[in-house]
Amino acid sequence: MIAHSIFFYIFSIIAILSAIMVTVSKNTVHSVFFLILDFISISCLFIMIGAEFVGMIMLIVYVGAVAVLFLFVVMMLNVSLQKNEWFGAERGSSHIPVGIIVSIIIFFELIIVIGGWKFKPNLNPDSLNLNFISEKTNTHSIGEVLYTDYIHLFQLSGMILLVAMIGAIVLTFRKRSGIKKQSYFKQISRERSEGVELIDVEKNKGVKIDV
Amino acid sequence: MFEIALGHYLTLAAIIFTIGVVGIFLNRKNIIVILMSIELILLAVNINLVSFSIYLNDLSGQIFTLFILTVAAAEAAIGLAIIVVYFRNSGTIRVEEIDKLKG
Repeated sequence: MIAHSIFFYIFSIIAILSAIMVTVSKNTVHSVFFLILDFISISCLFIMIGAEFVGMIMLIVYVGAVAVLFLFVVMMLNVSLQKNEWFGAERGSSHIPVGIIVSIIIFFELIIVIGGWKFKPNLNPDSLNLNFISEKTNTHSIGEVLYTDYIHLFQLSGMILLVAMIGAIVLTFRKRSGIKKQSYFKQISRERSEGVELIDVEKNKGVKIDV
Repeated sequence: MFEIALGHYLTLAAIIFTIGVVGIFLNRKNIIVILMSIELILLAVNINLVSFSIYLNDLSGQIFTLFILTVAAAEAAIGLAIIVVYFRNSGTIRVEEIDKLKG
């Protein structure tokens, strides 16, 4: 139990500090790296309390896909030109103190909600330990529920991913002019009537070839 | 102190959520950091769901964490595509200079 709490504090302190660094750091690439550190420490927390599958999937999806996507976009857009001026206020913006006040209010509201939290009385406190009491693994039990009770939501999330993929391709696709490129549609839809022309050749005149 | 209860996880999620909101409000740099702050907020929601799921011995929280993960990945892809297109058209992604809508 002591080791669990020690590791909880270590991982949560790392997570909070790296979350602060994501918003504060001047370089966008550093922000992405701190975001990766944040995801890793939070997924370590998930694995620690017994949600191994979600923790591993979070590592794969967030660190392996989303963060790398962020890194690629940062690399393509050359955002190092966009310097960060904290509280520079060259335009006299007044939204920063308002933002801080609103955020502090949100935080204290959340803390008040957590502090007033009570379990319902008939909940068995023995079930509040850190492990599921079952012989199945976490992944096994998630699979049993996910593919039976939540199968429609599962398919729907697949549709969301498909739409996101098509949307990203459509948004970033552009036709470049001035480069030679094979057009499969043109090739396939070419027909004999427009490809071949039969000409009666007159004597001693030849054929004038122009396209 | 040494007993890690549900409240500890909820407090951690609240702190990370607030940091994400602060990041959205205070950002003057570029939109990519705003997207990262949105990812932080979704991460805080995931922490809440997973901790409730573990402590209540109910798997639904982890299932919905997976769905939130899916939506977060789709949102990041679409958002970054929009940012790339905007940068290609206007040459900047500074938050202050994106004021075409005059909001």
